[in-house]
Amino acid sequence: MTRRGIDAVHGWLLLLPAMALLALFTHWPALATFLDSFWSTPRPRRPALFVGLGNYKSMLADAVFWQSVVNNLWFALGTIPLSIALALLMALWVNDRIAGRAAVRMAYFTPTVLPMIAVANIWLFFYTPQYGLLDQVLSLFGARAHNWLGTPETALVCVIAVTIWKEAGFFMIFYLAALQQISPVLGEAAALEGASRLTFFRRVQFPLLMPTTLFVLVNAVINAFRTVDHIIVMTRGGPDNATTLLLYYVYEVGFKYWDSTYAAALTMVLLALLATAALTQYLVLERRIHYR
Amino acid sequence: MRVQSIAYAPHGPWRLLESAAAWLLAILWLLPLLYAIWSAFHPAEYSARFVPLAPVTLDNFARALSAAPFARYFLNTFALVTLILSCQLVLCTLAAYAFARFEFAGRELAFALVLVQLMIMPDVLIVENYRTMTRLGIVDSIPAIALPYIASAFGVFLLRQTFKTVPRELDEAARVEGAGALQVLWRVYVPLGRPVYIAYALVSVSYHWNNFLWPLIVTNSVEARPLTVGLQVFASTDQGVDWSVICAATLMTSAPLLLAFLLFQRQFVQSFMRAGIR
Repeated sequence: MTRRGIDAVHGWLLLLPAMALLALFTHWPALATFLDSFWSTPRPRRPALFVGLGNYKSMLADAVFWQSVVNNLWFALGTIPLSIALALLMALWVNDRIAGRAAVRMAYFTPTVLPMIAVANIWLFFYTPQYGLLDQVLSLFGARAHNWLGTPETALVCVIAVTIWKEAGFFMIFYLAALQQISPVLGEAAALEGASRLTFFRRVQFPLLMPTTLFVLVNAVINAFRTVDHIIVMTRGGPDNATTLLLYYVYEVGFKYWDSTYAAALTMVLLALLATAALTQYLVLERRIHYR
Repeated sequence: MRVQSIAYAPHGPWRLLESAAAWLLAILWLLPLLYAIWSAFHPAEYSARFVPLAPVTLDNFARALSAAPFARYFLNTFALVTLILSCQLVLCTLAAYAFARFEFAGRELAFALVLVQLMIMPDVLIVENYRTMTRLGIVDSIPAIALPYIASAFGVFLLRQTFKTVPRELDEAARVEGAGALQVLWRVYVPLGRPVYIAYALVSVSYHWNNFLWPLIVTNSVEARPLTVGLQVFASTDQGVDWSVICAATLMTSAPLLLAFLLFQRQFVQSFMRAGIR
């Protein structure tokens, strides 16, 4: 056999185990989700029927679906800008020579290594009416007890707060790494020109951090659509579906009502959203915007 | 750590103000954890009353341990992360080696097929993967939790990038000495990739230690449940479990990772960074 032939055989043999598992647990299920979404869910005395776009039609008429989309968009809008802004602020602080910055950096990063499900349980107590820490602190200022997670108006905000707390420290480290790569010469030059610190940040640091911001942004978007651990612990989508996110609704339809084909149709929406995020990353990030 | 932009380092009162703000936020960020520690080590009646001299107790931990089989959950999680990581390392290393150093037809297509997983994550394919596990007859087992995550596109990608930076000369030299493809991989590529392997291992272990939704769906017995699911089952039963006990259980669940993080802070932060930037 030629060298090329041997290389091909070796190459494919090396790939085989990983490709087989990927095919079984990523490619096939993605395809099956698509195909299943055109069928009805088989029930004991009713086999699966081809229903065409039936599932998608009932989805368009499903108020809970629309609410989960709207909730998810609000959730994304609430978590993404704030956690990125906080991450940047944290990175700028930790990057400066503040006292005890190693300890501060550790404090910011700690939520990242804790299980979401564990911290959600702690936050659950913070939000408890009357006894919870939040109500206790607020009562010092004369506020009345409030059922934070039990009121549709505040439940989603509470969940958003937990997510920001969990994510900001993780995003911080990317900003920190990027800040440390900015040459000190730029700072000296700007200072010689008499630029204020704010100007230095706006005109030098922030533009140079653009690739990091885009990277963090895409990650934040993906996270906003695939994290539901805290929903399961804190609200179970309630009250009155006020905190039902798209993936949580998939979980509910698939494993509480056992309507697997409708869940498949819902998953397709989720996949479309994730694909959009990934394509944005590919098209924008891969070009590596640099202002040099 | 390099200090940069000294020109703009805050001075005098500004430095004080900035430090104070940073510390305030840091305390706010640690508050949930500090609260859990307070509550777990004090009797239930102090769980919302912060008296400096409140008696310290380990009673909450004892009660949590006797109320749910946490020892078994620990064992399950440990088996789970070990299984996932060891399989990931082997499979991803082999695949990354093929992508980095072998020329063959269909390589680009295969690589694109691998990268699909970065977009379509197993976290989202819960319904179909559950059906697959049912067909395979392995629902409610540790391998069922592990299987969708073993072929990790992220691991393949990370290692491929690493292997590509290995000088060809080293590869050729080993081959001249008569080493086969796998021997070269083992003796040249794997040792040179060590920092990346450590980074990947830390990220993988913390991800799967903390993973919740898929294990929740695919397990329903004490024998297969990992810690996260066990904690949730324990905390959501309405048997009047008090907060102190839940906090104790929460701390136990997070303790191994938290301790590892405190001990190897630098490696953790660098690993997450390396893994994220790719």
